Amino acid sequence: MNTLSLVIQREYLTRVRKKSFIIMTLLMPLLMASLSFVPLWLSTLNDGGEKNIVVIDETGMYAPLLKSTEQYQFQIVEQAQQSEYQAKIGKDLFAILHITDDLNVNPNAISLLSEKESPQDLRAIIEKTLSEKVMQQKLDELSQSGNVSAESILQVRSIVESGSKVSIKIMKWDEDGTVSESSAEIASIIGVVFTILIYMFILMYGNMVMQAVLEEKKSRIVEVMVSSVKPVKLLIGKIIGIGLVGITQLAIWGVLLGFLFTGLSAFIGAPVETTGMSASAEMGDFDMQAALNSVMSVNWIEILVYFLLFFIGGYILYASIFAMFASAVNSEEDTSQFMMPVTLIIMFAFFAGFYSVSNPDGPLAFWASLIPFSSPIVMMVRIPFGIPLWEKILAVVLLYGTFILISVIAAKIYRVGILMYGKKPSIKEMIKWIKYK
Amino acid sequence: MDYLETTDVTKQFANHLALNKVSIQVPKGTVFGLLGPNGAGKTTLIRIITRITAPDSGEVFIDGRPSKSDDVFNIGYLPEERGLYKKMKVGEQTMYLAQLRGLSKADAHRELMIWFKRFEIMSWYNRKVEELSKGMQQKVQFISTVIHNPDLLIFDEPFSGFDPVNTEIVKNEMLRLKDEGKTIILSTHNMESVEELCDNIALIHKSQVVLQGKVFDIRREHRTNIFRFRLRNDDFSLEHPFFTLISKESYHEFIDIRIKKQPDIATNELAKLIFDNFDVVAYDEEIPTMNDVFIKTVSN
Repeated sequence: MNTLSLVIQREYLTRVRKKSFIIMTLLMPLLMASLSFVPLWLSTLNDGGEKNIVVIDETGMYAPLLKSTEQYQFQIVEQAQQSEYQAKIGKDLFAILHITDDLNVNPNAISLLSEKESPQDLRAIIEKTLSEKVMQQKLDELSQSGNVSAESILQVRSIVESGSKVSIKIMKWDEDGTVSESSAEIASIIGVVFTILIYMFILMYGNMVMQAVLEEKKSRIVEVMVSSVKPVKLLIGKIIGIGLVGITQLAIWGVLLGFLFTGLSAFIGAPVETTGMSASAEMGDFDMQAALNSVMSVNWIEILVYFLLFFIGGYILYASIFAMFASAVNSEEDTSQFMMPVTLIIMFAFFAGFYSVSNPDGPLAFWASLIPFSSPIVMMVRIPFGIPLWEKILAVVLLYGTFILISVIAAKIYRVGILMYGKKPSIKEMIKWIKYK
Repeated sequence: MDYLETTDVTKQFANHLALNKVSIQVPKGTVFGLLGPNGAGKTTLIRIITRITAPDSGEVFIDGRPSKSDDVFNIGYLPEERGLYKKMKVGEQTMYLAQLRGLSKADAHRELMIWFKRFEIMSWYNRKVEELSKGMQQKVQFISTVIHNPDLLIFDEPFSGFDPVNTEIVKNEMLRLKDEGKTIILSTHNMESVEELCDNIALIHKSQVVLQGKVFDIRREHRTNIFRFRLRNDDFSLEHPFFTLISKESYHEFIDIRIKKQPDIATNELAKLIFDNFDVVAYDEEIPTMNDVFIKTVSN
């Protein structure tokens, strides 16, 4: 067996067999699943007590549609009484729903005023009820415009009334011709999740590479190793081996999370099926179905391919830098001087990624997703929103070009650094090492 | 025939000339002492021989041809700065190092069994390295250096950390390897072991070879014309132009003297003079130890 694969094998196996790795890999998905499901599950529980909501409807079209439930009591009042009720919010009044205009013309003409964050299911009840009404309005308009045959209107209406959620979505898209809001939300969630993943892995596994290099240097095993393995092979083996550990962890997380979420949604979905009556539960079910549909509509293959490309590129780029500095110093304490700027760059990329969520085509997002030191983190935010192919290709080419250059330099410095003991070298000295034969 | 030869090997670091035209010849099947004070350039030379670094100029020949990258599989190198993966098990680690040195898994395991039995460390197989004492770790390191049966062995301070018993075991192993026809380079500051083990030496000082040759020749060349006599007499008070008295000590019923002979006087003449006047129990010429030669050469 050649030496490189032996090194990769050792680096991989010693880490994967560690107890800490096994525990972390198995517990994280459980933790993540419980973190996201427990609040959701709690929110579906009825917290008892009626909540009064005052409806001020200036159009008069919508208020009568809102039916009171066990939990929420809707009460229609005149606009003149608004200030009077506002004073009561938080006491015996939970919220004020204010509709100022025809929602068909002006979809933003509705607001919910409350002291606390309004619960998801309340919003869902209102949104669902009013959306149905608005849809009715739109369908009526369409049939009156005469552009569409009366027959197809009837067909659409029957589809809509049969409760097919998919067709509702389609109608929405056809009408105003823009991407619906829920899809953008999904896109940003996916983007943020992948950004956090890449950020976490670059820091975590970059640090692991650094520790491994330092450990070999401090324990002096490196002297023994380099007499039979070329330092460059040792470095590449280490980076690949540890990278594979990362990919293994990701894959296990992916599979476990998949199982857990399917399992848990079945568990949460089951009571909904049986009780069925509770409006709030019905809404929750509807939401999840819609979310699931939007999740399915995302181009996962494209995202996963780019995720892997940027993950690998970003990891190797930063792992080389971490290894380079670790090889030059003799102890953890000495690394901080070199690590600070690197960590700052990664942090910058992370925040740039977060700000890019709200403005995925802005100049910050654009440039940060092309510059190789931040592109692996920032680009993942933008990809789910759909960006031009050339930007993605340019970012990948720049990233891979840079990591090849950096890793060649890192290998040269590593080769000299691992055999140097004593005083911590300056950057100037390290540049001289590059030229050594 | 020389198994290893370097010709005018030069290596320059940023602002320090580590090796300046270093040429050494190591005959096949011998133990070669690579000596020199700290920082003289020994480790750099070894790293060039083991192809860890490349020389700026000059060449390394192994078995009569320029060395190539595959030669590392035929070299066993025990560095002075040595360690093991602390969290790995002894057996696993030895297997790993053996495989890195070119052995197949089966061969590595077979050789490991032979060496672990020979060093009586079978019971450590599943122990973690961090649980072992320093001397025990040294044994594991020694095994991983020789396990792939290389023709050239390089030991840099192999005895440090060993107690006298284990030092003896390692010395005997080295002599056994030599008898098998292996060529051994021994770099050490322990001059007694140099005299005991080495056939030839090279002394590197300030990046240059200042002394090279057979150990006994070198010691003879450094003779100082000092002779030691043990006499069964009460006192020694002879003065003669043939010699100058250096020291005189009484030892039980004897007197031990050290006298320095004038260079132009033959040894026989001096001996006759003393034998005629005193009751000589024993006498010999004081041949400097390698320690003396080392100190003298380096401090000049």
